[in-house]
Amino acid sequence: MNLILAAESLVDIINSTLTGCESCSVAIAAVIHVALVGAFFGLPAGIFIWAERKVSARIQDRLGPTRVGGRFGWLQSLADGAKLVQKEDLAPKAADRFLFRVAPYVVVIASFAAFMFLPFTDGWSAVSLDVGLFLLFAMLSLEVIGVILAGYASGSKWALFGGMREAAQMVSYEIPMSICALVPIVMAGTLNLNEVVHYQVAGWDTGWPPFVHWNVFHPVAGPAFVVYFVCATASCKRAPFDLAEAESELVAGFLTEYSGMRWSFFFLAEYASMFLVSAVAAILFLGGWDDGFGIVASLKGGSADVLDPSVILGNLVGAVVLMLKASKLVLLQIWVRWTLPRLRIDQVMTTCLKYLLPMACALFLAAVVYPMALVLKTGRPQLLPLSNAGQVSAEAAADVDAGITVAVGEVTQ
Amino acid sequence: MSIEQLLFALFTILTCVGAVSVVICQNVVRMAFSLIVCLASVSALFFLLSADFVGATQLMVYVGGTVVLLIFGVMLTSSSTLLQIRTSPAEGFLAAGIGVLFLAVFSFTVWGVDWEKNEAKLAGVTTVDVPSQGYNEESSGNTVRPLAMSFVGLRPDKAGNAPGYLLPFEIVSVHLLVVLIGAAYLARTKRRVSAES
Repeated sequence: MNLILAAESLVDIINSTLTGCESCSVAIAAVIHVALVGAFFGLPAGIFIWAERKVSARIQDRLGPTRVGGRFGWLQSLADGAKLVQKEDLAPKAADRFLFRVAPYVVVIASFAAFMFLPFTDGWSAVSLDVGLFLLFAMLSLEVIGVILAGYASGSKWALFGGMREAAQMVSYEIPMSICALVPIVMAGTLNLNEVVHYQVAGWDTGWPPFVHWNVFHPVAGPAFVVYFVCATASCKRAPFDLAEAESELVAGFLTEYSGMRWSFFFLAEYASMFLVSAVAAILFLGGWDDGFGIVASLKGGSADVLDPSVILGNLVGAVVLMLKASKLVLLQIWVRWTLPRLRIDQVMTTCLKYLLPMACALFLAAVVYPMALVLKTGRPQLLPLSNAGQVSAEAAADVDAGITVAVGEVTQ
Repeated sequence: MSIEQLLFALFTILTCVGAVSVVICQNVVRMAFSLIVCLASVSALFFLLSADFVGATQLMVYVGGTVVLLIFGVMLTSSSTLLQIRTSPAEGFLAAGIGVLFLAVFSFTVWGVDWEKNEAKLAGVTTVDVPSQGYNEESSGNTVRPLAMSFVGLRPDKAGNAPGYLLPFEIVSVHLLVVLIGAAYLARTKRRVSAES
């Protein structure tokens, strides 16, 4: 585990300029990372809250915010924030005051911590880690604890119902979501999000445009993307799965007793998690920072030095590409929210346990069996991605190839 | 004192505070929250010791899974008898005795290790040259692949035919399957006896 910025260990850079004090440079590097990740955590959330207002207004044939900050009301989120800061921070008499106050922080910290492992472009992640996706999901799953605590500590029946629903929903939707995320993991043979994208990036030399190598065009990973995205929408408690705060039945669910900044923390975390699961979807299935036409690769120009200006430019363009993909998926979530009616709680559970979970399991099994079946059918062991992934040593890959060739020979005989 | 040592001390204190408040608190949900603090700090200690996979598993399994289930159970049984837990003096005495014995075993083990000798032994081994530029396996921990290999019975890090962990892995898998089937059996809808009969 080390702190990486611009694909270069930031601690080493600071250490070389600020000679001697190793722990100072670690501290400075940590502060820079927190500031950068905080920007990626807060800014998209603000933009998407504005987008949600505008898109929902358009879908309902209204105009939405028009005044704050000029024609399109693009400063509306800031105005909302200023309003929320001024509100009184109160807790109901029946509340467990300590847990009531702590719960919003648990939600925000869990969502924020998951951003640490997200590679924004090739090698540009706050913490480069071999167990990246696993840890990201582990962090994201902590969010539910804050919601349950909020539901319990409010001392209100609506909040308790909301918290319970959220617990039931998150515990069940996490399973198909993780299994679907495993499909590209199995294909790439690594949990490292950086390597998963490298697996999908290809050049023009195959005669096809490079975007056909994205996982979403794979016969197994394509459906897995759809199932993953449905589960991700549910795990962000977005409509049609927003049973935890269903305003027509539960006032506002676990948010009923909250006001002011604590209320806005929940919303900040919700929009940040939407962006996070969308970015993970883009990385796992949509080629991450790959633009699909080899533009990023040609900008980089094949230089190995990560501090080369052209490489940095290519990586910046890649970061923009990833942001655009993730934003498009968030926009899709917003469309879904304002188009589909809310499900009942039993329908939510049925959707997950009777439909999404078997689909996820079948897709996972197919992802494991498909390459083997393809190789046995065509008799071409070089189709297996072992030898060109550069992960397994050359002899091991050769051994596996030889073994498969023998197996293929036996089958064809 | 380096920053890692400072953080290690901080998280050690947090772990202890969480553990003690699990014992002291009488409200079940506050206990669960203290348990989250304790277990999450333990996972932070794992990260500080570069055991990233163990730390992630700690977060996923203990903090994410067990505690959610604990809160679940508490709220489903939130009758007044269960919400406030008071221990009798006899239970307290028994628990304290077991705790002291456990502490004795741990202290005995920790002091039984010759740390200086081990450090001298490790001095030549741990100097892995980690390239600082770009993405590379060494700087990312390089943990998952060796672990996965050893679970299917291969030990590329050991010479010869070193045994992996295939058998324990399979035993645990079968055990989990049995647990799953048992849970499904217990949770299925019981057939109701009709009113006529």
